[in-house]
Amino acid sequence: MKIKKNIAVSESGFLFDSNTGDSFSLNETGKQIVKMLNENRSEEEVRNYFLNNYDVEEGTFENNFNDFINMLQNLNLLENEG
Amino acid sequence: MKDKPKYTIAVTGLNNTDNPGPGVPVIRALREAKSFDVRIIGIVYENLEPGIYIENIADKIYQIPYPSTGSDNLLKRIEYIHLKENINILIPNFDAELFTFMKAEEKLKSMGIATFLPTIKQFEERHKSVLPEYGKKYGLDIPESKNITNLVEINKLHNEFVFPVLVKGKYYDAYLAYNAAQVVEHFNKISAKWGVPIIIQQFVKGTEVNVVALGDGKGNTIGAVPMRKQYITDKGKAWGGITLSDQKLLDITHDLIKKTKWKGGMELEIIKTHDNKYYIIEINPRIPAWVYLAVGAGQNLPEALVKLALGEDVIPFKNYDAGKMFIRYSYDIIGDISQFEKLSITGEL
Repeated sequence: MKIKKNIAVSESGFLFDSNTGDSFSLNETGKQIVKMLNENRSEEEVRNYFLNNYDVEEGTFENNFNDFINMLQNLNLLENEG
Repeated sequence: MKDKPKYTIAVTGLNNTDNPGPGVPVIRALREAKSFDVRIIGIVYENLEPGIYIENIADKIYQIPYPSTGSDNLLKRIEYIHLKENINILIPNFDAELFTFMKAEEKLKSMGIATFLPTIKQFEERHKSVLPEYGKKYGLDIPESKNITNLVEINKLHNEFVFPVLVKGKYYDAYLAYNAAQVVEHFNKISAKWGVPIIIQQFVKGTEVNVVALGDGKGNTIGAVPMRKQYITDKGKAWGGITLSDQKLLDITHDLIKKTKWKGGMELEIIKTHDNKYYIIEINPRIPAWVYLAVGAGQNLPEALVKLALGEDVIPFKNYDAGKMFIRYSYDIIGDISQFEKLSITGEL
């Protein structure tokens, strides 16, 4: 799972899709997830990172993470995986 | 270092109101040209076109009669201006005047005035009223549309279209209608202003994206920059926009220019649907008012157009910056009644 190539993510968490002109603001959590996806880290690694570094239940994280990924997919921000 | 040549360029469309003409942004681009200097002759129809009063836009202003008063009148006036100013290039920017200037291309040339306009055929075949045929001929997706000339035809529209539909004038104006009653309302409003036919176009849901492009008349695209409107006025005009890197938009543009051998500036108005289909809803045969965004993104298309008009070889632009934005604003200029008086009485300023 990776963010599309034409999408730029700044240090401040501002995400710009140069193909569509859409732009989004990410919060700290979203920024960290996108950063890890762009580093080719697996979902498992992202999950472990958050469970180890944040005070969050596994189920709660799982729900929010899936919501976030669905949102990225719906907004057409993820590379299609063949 | 070799001195840059200086050209006298006449430009129309100084009406940068909330429905802006391209004149002022074209002039700004020409003043920033790297390969030549300019003296700008602003050509206006109305004596309150804002570009007349903005500093460092036109060096001299001349008023001309509307093309509807007859092309002879208009050309005589251009001849008079040319005698005084020795115009090298004329850049008309209004849809409604283009036909007159295209017809007069040879005459202008014989006077020593260069233009770089589409051919009559190129101009005629992309009219809104014949756009579906154009789409078939050149392999473009165009929303279903139909020309209507009377109110009776409106009652049958539900057999061919799914509401909402766009109701469009031949040259200007477009309104969305959700039922036949609204079509009647818009039909009456538009036909009173622009006559018939009125074009009924299937509304396509999606994002409106535009491309400004320049064709060399031999099938080559000299430059092309796509933009998405970010802020749209109630007249549907872009008040803010951002350049895109969308390769498909560039491919459509290059392909169209290649097939039609388009000559001059053009603007493609396209709806990109959520399933990534691109429907062309209009083709404007001139530089659009947002052309300065292309200049800001690295393609000075008006400069290239001038060079093409003068018969120079122009190397096509290869790149532009995606993510460049333009934001329009309104600004009050203080003029003096003496300027208005001079233009009103003498037709010059």
